This record gives sequence, structure tokens and C-alpha cells, in this order.
Amino acid sequence: MSVLPYLKPTARKRLGRIGSYAIGLALILVVVAFADWPHIQKVFFNPSVAMKMWPAILIVALKNTLIYTVSSFVLGSLLAVLLAVLKLAGGPLGWAASAFIELFRGIPALLTIYAAAYVLPIAFGFQLPGEGPGAGIVALTIVTGAYAAEIVRAGIQAVAPGQAEAARSLGLSSGQTMFWVVLPQAMRIVIPPMTNEFVMLLKDTSLLYIAGFTVIQKELTTFGQDAVSTTGNATPIVMVAISYLVVTLPLTYLVGLLEKKLDPKR
Amino acid sequence: MSNLFPDLESTQPPVVITDLHKSFGDNEVLKGINLTVSQGEVVCVIGPSGSGKSTLLRCVNLLENPTKGSIQLLGAEMTDPDVELNQVRAHVGMVFQSFNLFPNMTAIGNCIIGQRQVLKRSKAEAIEIAKKNLEMVGLSDRMDYVPAKLSGGQQQRVAIARALSMDPKVMLFDEPTAALDPELVGDVLAVMRDLAHAGMTMMVVTHEMSFARDVSDRTIFMDGGVIVEEGPSQDLITAPKERRTQIFLKRVLDPTHIEDSELGETEAD
Repeated sequence: MSVLPYLKPTARKRLGRIGSYAIGLALILVVVAFADWPHIQKVFFNPSVAMKMWPAILIVALKNTLIYTVSSFVLGSLLAVLLAVLKLAGGPLGWAASAFIELFRGIPALLTIYAAAYVLPIAFGFQLPGEGPGAGIVALTIVTGAYAAEIVRAGIQAVAPGQAEAARSLGLSSGQTMFWVVLPQAMRIVIPPMTNEFVMLLKDTSLLYIAGFTVIQKELTTFGQDAVSTTGNATPIVMVAISYLVVTLPLTYLVGLLEKKLDPKR
Repeated sequence: MSNLFPDLESTQPPVVITDLHKSFGDNEVLKGINLTVSQGEVVCVIGPSGSGKSTLLRCVNLLENPTKGSIQLLGAEMTDPDVELNQVRAHVGMVFQSFNLFPNMTAIGNCIIGQRQVLKRSKAEAIEIAKKNLEMVGLSDRMDYVPAKLSGGQQQRVAIARALSMDPKVMLFDEPTAALDPELVGDVLAVMRDLAHAGMTMMVVTHEMSFARDVSDRTIFMDGGVIVEEGPSQDLITAPKERRTQIFLKRVLDPTHIEDSELGETEAD
């Protein structure tokens, strides 16, 4: 122990790390030794429960989750570009865009979904097409549009001002400059934060239950909840969690590839 | 398209600037500039940094909005809010210090976009004209390269080809060689010299005194937001009359021999 005062900080850290690994390993061993494995397996990893969910979890629940996510994301991204361009243009429309963004970023997504599904019909007798999911997709489009508008605005502003000047000096209008020169460059900048937005949206589709689903409209979380209550077993929750991860984990990798592909230095 | 400014060739000079003022907040950068550039004339604008020479150039095609004064460009009053600026700009090429090529397009793509979107040329015609101009600047073997794969000098030559592809009647150059490595400056200046000899009307903001002296017809020395002296380039650069011009040129042409007495006199100015 007398050598300790002479150890470099990095060496001390290494010793500390070895110590914490040892403690962690010991804890795991204790849990493994004393846990009731047959019980855990029966409740969380029960093959007969899992078989009952198959293949509905894939061809109904996961499929619906993806449909709700992708359609809201595509429509929401278009809305975001529109809102960002309007906001940057200023004027009354820009002010309206800002108000829209602040409103829907400031209230819970659940409230927006509820309003689209129930308040609209009650207040105006107007039913959005596509029943519960239709109203839900409209609501998530609005929420995504509001959040992503700020991402797109930051991306547009990150494009060097000389780019727009060069385009304008060729005689391109401000709209043409935005479409051909600024937006394509902004898109590359916004890919990482928009991926984040996609993942958040994927999880937010679990809020759509409030809009009301028929059996074939259920998304992953609702599907899992129902399966838990009918089977009295927790296996469906584990399977649902895995289903979300099956989408999100490869996504990170694919987006990395896309970023490389769009790199102007390719 | 060629008939857009019918009286251009015959009567009116392509650039007529009258009593031009430009302020950024409280800072008045241009304090009443009067300048006319005739058809086919090459005018260089020189002066210390902060003299307003780049701002002057950027006011010509209204990249900067003048505070006061008049700019007649190809017969159009640029400060008139009813004038469609894009139509005038389409016939006025601009080359920037930092090239400003579009990184999301290839070299030839950069030369095509304006032709297609603004001049509404057919794709085949646009490609043909772009190729011709890239060849002229010596880059026919780099047409499909993105800007990031090109050297600074090559990028600036693509930028010149991009401007030329619009068949401009006037070319504006904003310190086109200032961001280049010294050994790449010559290629760009050579292209500009050829352009001048071909009869292009040019306004060039530059620190390249030999280019100003040998290629341009007239040189303008600016300092503190005003034109201090102007005249035939050869005379102005070899035998400047104004004290401020003499000191500036001496410093630029012979930077290692600044005498203390001169420094003192500048401050006193």
C-alpha cells in the first residue's frame, strides 16, 4: 500500500475500474445464484405466451407502429420545412408559423391527439378520415412538424450565407435559392437530429391508444398491454420492447451510412 | 433574351452609380460614390481593407441594399423596388472571394443550374454551354468533380465558368484571388485577363496590383468610403497623385520598406 501515493492518476483510475468491475461481477453472481429462474422465465420469457402472440405482433402491431410512425414522419417533415421557411421569411405568415410551433411544442402530444380525435368532432362535427389512427396520424404530424421545424430552421441557418448570395447573383429567386441550394445542404445537416426525432416519434405512437383502435389497428404498446391483461403474464411486454429495439438499433447504423453517402467530400 | 435591354449596346453605359451611400447601423461605409463603367471597360477597385470597395461591388447587383443613391445596371434602376432584380442579375456575373460553389452539385452542375432555372434553357443547350465555359477556364477534365475534390484555384475557375454560362453583359469580381494559395493565383488571373481581352465589361476589386496595372483600363483607389483618386491604371499605379494613394501603393508594392516618417504622416491624415 505504500506505493499508492506515487501512482499516476491514470493508474489509480485503472485500479478503481478493476475494483468496480469486481464488485459488479460479485453482485451479478449473487443475483444469478439466488434468483428464482424458473419463475422469471415463466413470467417474462414464457414460450407458450409468446407463441400465442405470433405472428400478430409482427403483421399487426409492429406493422401498424411503423405505418403510423413513417406516415407522421414524412408528413411532419414536409410541414416542418414549410413552417421553418415561413418563420425565416418573417411577416404575418412567419408570425403565424412561430405561434403554431410554440403552441404544439408547448402542450403534451397526448392532448393534441385527443383534440384531433374527439374535440374536432364535438366542436365542429368534423371527423378526420381514417377513424382513430387517421386522427392520430394528423396529430402526430402536427407535433412532429412543430418540433422538427426548429431543427430545419437551424439547419437552414447553418448553411453559409455565401451560398444564397451566389445563387441570388445568378438570378435565382429566393424560392429557387431555397429549393435548389439551401435546403439540399440543410438536409445533410439535419439528418442526425431528425433521426432522433424519428425515434421519439416511434415511441410517441404508443400514445395513439387514446384515439381509439379496432383490433387490427393496434400498435405495439396497446397490443402488448392487451396481451398482458388477457394472459396475466409479462412476456408480451418483453416482446414489445424487443420489437421497438429491432427498429431503432439498425436505424442508427443505416443513418450513419446515409450521412456518409450525402457527404459532399465523398 | 438578348433584347431585354435594347438600348444597352448603343447608348447607356452598363454601370452608372450616382451618389451612393451605404451604412451598416451607425457606420457609414460608402459616403457618396459616383462611378460609371463603360461598355467593354475593365475597372479595378483598390484600397485598404475597410475602405468600402467590396461593399461598393456588392451594392452594384444589390446584394447589399444601398442606403441612398442610384445604381443603373444594364439600364435598370436597381434601387427601384418595382424592378425585377433577378432578371437583371441573370445578366451580371459575380465571382466571390470564397468561391461559393454549390457543394451539392458537380462542377458542370454548378454551371447548369442558373441556365436551367433562370434562363429556362433546354438541358442539352445548358450542358453544351457549361462544357464550353469549363473548357475555356481549362477544366474540361474536371466537369464531374464536386467542389470539395477541386483545389481553390480550380474552384474559382469553375465559379467564373458558372458566371459566364449565363452569358453575362457585366462581370463583377470581389477579390477573386485573395483566398488562393500564391501558386494558384496565376491560373485565375490568366482566365480573367483573357476575358478582359475578349471585351467583357468588368469591375474587379483586387489586391493584385500587377493585374490592375497591366490588364485594367482604369483603376479606382478608395479609402474611408470615398473615391480618393481614379485614372488610367498605368498612371495611377506607377505615378499616383494623391498622398494617400502613394502611401497605400508603396506599402502594397514594397511592404518591407515602410519608413517611420510615413507611418507618422498617415496617422496625421
